[in-house]
Amino acid sequence: MANILEVQNLTKNYGDFPAVKGISFSIKEGEIFSLLGPNGAGKTTTISMLSTLYAPTSGNATIAGHSVTKQPMDVRNAIGVIPQDLALYEDLSARENLTFWGQMYGLSGASLKNRVEEVLGQIGLVDKAKDRIKTYSGGMKRRVNIGVGLLHKPKLLFMDEPTVGIDPQSRRAILDTVKDLNKQGMTVLYTTHYMEEAEELSDRVGIIDHGELIAIGTQKELTKQVGETETLILHIGENEDPEALVTAFKGIKDVLEANVVDHEISVITHSAKDVLASVVMKANERGIKIHSIDIREPNLEAVFLHLTGRALRD
Amino acid sequence: MLKTFLIGIKDVKLAFRDRAALIFMLLAPFLLTLGMGLVTGRFSGSGSSGISDIPVVIVNLDDGEMGQALVDIFNSEELAELVEPNLGTSPEAARRQVDEDEVAAAIIIPAGFTRSIIPQQEDFANGDSEVVKIEMYANPARPTSAGIIKSILDEFMSRIEEGSLSGQTSILQMVISGRITPEQAEAAGEEMGKHLQDAPEDDTLAITLNTSTADGEEIKFDVLAFLAPGMALMFLMYTVSYGGRSILTEKSQGTLPRLLVSPTNATQILGGKVFGIFLTGAAQMLILIGTTSLLFQLKWGDALGVIVLVLVAVFGATGWGMLITALARTPAQVGSIGSAIMLIFGILGGSFISLDQMPPLVQTISRITPNAWALDGFTTLALGGTLANLSTPITALLTMGSILFVVSVIVFGRKNLAQK
Ligand SMILES: Nc1ncnc2c1ncn2[C@@H]1O[C@H](COP(=O)(O)OP(=O)(O)O)[C@@H](O)[C@H]1O
Ligand SMILES: [Mg+2]
Repeated sequence: MANILEVQNLTKNYGDFPAVKGISFSIKEGEIFSLLGPNGAGKTTTISMLSTLYAPTSGNATIAGHSVTKQPMDVRNAIGVIPQDLALYEDLSARENLTFWGQMYGLSGASLKNRVEEVLGQIGLVDKAKDRIKTYSGGMKRRVNIGVGLLHKPKLLFMDEPTVGIDPQSRRAILDTVKDLNKQGMTVLYTTHYMEEAEELSDRVGIIDHGELIAIGTQKELTKQVGETETLILHIGENEDPEALVTAFKGIKDVLEANVVDHEISVITHSAKDVLASVVMKANERGIKIHSIDIREPNLEAVFLHLTGRALRD
Repeated sequence: MLKTFLIGIKDVKLAFRDRAALIFMLLAPFLLTLGMGLVTGRFSGSGSSGISDIPVVIVNLDDGEMGQALVDIFNSEELAELVEPNLGTSPEAARRQVDEDEVAAAIIIPAGFTRSIIPQQEDFANGDSEVVKIEMYANPARPTSAGIIKSILDEFMSRIEEGSLSGQTSILQMVISGRITPEQAEAAGEEMGKHLQDAPEDDTLAITLNTSTADGEEIKFDVLAFLAPGMALMFLMYTVSYGGRSILTEKSQGTLPRLLVSPTNATQILGGKVFGIFLTGAAQMLILIGTTSLLFQLKWGDALGVIVLVLVAVFGATGWGMLITALARTPAQVGSIGSAIMLIFGILGGSFISLDQMPPLVQTISRITPNAWALDGFTTLALGGTLANLSTPITALLTMGSILFVVSVIVFGRKNLAQK
């Protein structure tokens, strides 16, 4: 399959601050490609350059054969952009928002009308289409925000963290929508800091951190880099202090890495069964109650940890 | 072009759906007009207006009835509060009084005025009698007051023309006094009308003849004709800064960047925003004019003149809205600068106190406001003027708007629209 997107040495400095440091990758037609990285990694900046909003400091990218710097109008016609933050008119209804944005993409007349109704159905808001969107829930607004990006049936869709800050049900719906769109032939560039989303959706993943693309490939290819490891996930009580425990875990022989996110401690090891006893003992010594323990195969979280020494969510 | 239009329409929709904006755009100017109308007694019929005791000097060199009739009108009971007439003897001295800003206008009734209107027996024989023109020497520093004096003159002339007031009484008096026969009177009346219609337009004369029928009401200046446009213009400044603010709001709410990644170029987007401000302002003005006409029986004057004046006034004001937006960084800044400018321009532009009553320096400064120019225009229209009399305010407002647009674009150019 041909590449619909090719990025070469793309760089963006905000003043002196390098937000994106010369990244290169490509996306094949029909793929879902995820850019996975923590907050501040440079995902939105990358999307902004690819969607012609910001001029790159250096480097270039082509989309469907058009250069983002030299042929911005062609690029804009080829892409749909779903920005990370809602970008809608709160005092217009869902139907009015979609109609206006459809017009901005050059749709008009009956084809505009039909397309708006089609998208309203796709995002499940036909019943509420007449209400001003300021009366909507966060999840509903997100769906309108997505709908706007689909109106002109773009070849390549950019979705910048579309599930941030919404309820699990809406999140499920959005992930299913992405898969549906992809089945219908749309290529998707999806950014997220949720490992599970990247794992569920992507054909290939690029891991981005501090403006650098530190790994790229299919999930299998990426997890192979970590070697043969397993991850123990310990769920502990809300009132417990996990930090001291993490330090103690790092002292256990065979523990490669230990980290804490919220009330979960993740421990990476070559063999889960070899360290399990020691882990439970250390927790007991400190009187910390473990609610449950999961053992996981190597995943993207482990890859990130392996490459950066930090957890994805911080 | 189409996208520019669509963006503008979208903005009008949004403005009229914003309750806070509606209060400032429509309710506030309407209530203030109503309130000030009540305070000045417009609705109780006591008729005292914001403008009173306009000083005017009249030099009557005519020895006939007509000259005296005009002097009598200025000294009449009905105009006692509005004008403060003084009789002079020398035209030169009268003009000097205007130049020195002692009076709002000088009216010079030349010798032979009556005779030129009501030709005597021997004049008919001669055949070629010219209408002698009344000269009005207006004080440019007091445009409103001078406008009122001019309207009184207009009214006088139109009544002569129709023989409804002075003409008729004079002729009647002449008939009674036995100076002309009733048969001659009819001919004299007709002749009078013809002479006046044939009189060539003359700028120094500054008298435009009303061809409309005088309804025989006493000459009165409706104070609302001054208050209503003043308030509407003041809150027009709110609307343009609201519109300017929406550019920055769209930037922070992400719809502007979203527009920029759609196949719409920056010129179309900015053009659409400006068009939206313009449309919103024009809609606001026309709604206010409509409601005050209907509810207060306020006569704004010549419809074409009103519409053209509204459009150029909104154009000038939109220029200010763009400049404020180009200079400000955040929507909140536009809001506070906009409110300040609205008040300052309101005061400077004569929304509260007639500009005639302000010191010359303030009057000069007031010319940077669209309010002052537009208010002049609305006063002219309310006093019976038409589009043809509006060339000065229209030129001024168009020039103002154009300059401000160019400056705003230059300032805007330095800022990246895409940057949050
Ligand atoms: N307009 C900007 N000006 C200056 N710094 C910025 C700007 N936008 C983002 N940054 C910085 O650039 C880095 C990357 O940001 P961003 O691309 O938004 O990351 P992500 O989307 O992965 O969370 C962050 O450190 C952020 O603070
Ligand atoms: Mg981001």
